Amino acid sequence: MSALFAAVSTTAPIFVAQNVFFGIIALLMIVSALKVVTTSNVVHAALWLVLVLAGAAAQFILLGSEFVAVTQVLVYIGAVVVLFLFGVMLTRASMGDDETVASEKRSMAAVVAALLLAVMSIALIDSFSDDRLVIDQPQLVTTVADSIFSQYIVPFEAVSVLLLAALIGAIVVARKD
Amino acid sequence: MLLNQFLLLAAVLFCIGVYGVLVRRNGMLVLMSIEIILNAVNINLVAFGALTDNVGGEVFALFTIAVAAAEVGIGLAIVLLMYRNRRSIDLSEADLLKG
Repeated sequence: MSALFAAVSTTAPIFVAQNVFFGIIALLMIVSALKVVTTSNVVHAALWLVLVLAGAAAQFILLGSEFVAVTQVLVYIGAVVVLFLFGVMLTRASMGDDETVASEKRSMAAVVAALLLAVMSIALIDSFSDDRLVIDQPQLVTTVADSIFSQYIVPFEAVSVLLLAALIGAIVVARKD
Repeated sequence: MLLNQFLLLAAVLFCIGVYGVLVRRNGMLVLMSIEIILNAVNINLVAFGALTDNVGGEVFALFTIAVAAAEVGIGLAIVLLMYRNRRSIDLSEADLLKG
């Protein structure tokens, strides 16, 4: 079987297993994302969001970016979702009043999203019709670290200052006077 | 694997996020839709980095994750402040700046 594929495309091999897993994970992510934007329960939306984020981490693994996948799990699933659940708890968010959204507004938003998707799909298929990804080995963490601390040191420091500013800003905004 | 399958997945997720931002009225759910959009961008960055075998895509994805964390912190603080002042986080009621 693999010999057949190798004979068909001599330039790059076709990774069947990776494509199958990509399809499964992509389907899971899309269904979960649709649930996030349609479910009427805020806590359920946060839990569906966990599935979307975990699927993204799995896609990063497929792309050979281990460090980004681990960071995704740590920061998004570990911190951001917990932050969302705390926010839901503190606001006693009136559980999903979204049935009151006018169906006219809903269909207009759907039309906007569908048009956007059509334009983006046409542009992507036109531009990158048969570009292949050949990932024979994962990107090493040492490579990422060397790059961050040499070539991208200035953006890195800027992000540090941004995080500090966001921390102080969040405390100032949410503080009870 | 084709590059396009990752890019199209990211495009679908982006559009779902845009739909959520447009439809939702609960401030918390709008923030979650924004997270979906940012994740779609991250998939794009890492896919292009893998295409060109360049570590820059991953580095910028990491920066995006950091900025998204900061954005969620500030956004939730604003939502909490809004809830404290108005006892509601319905964004359609927040029309103080409307002319």
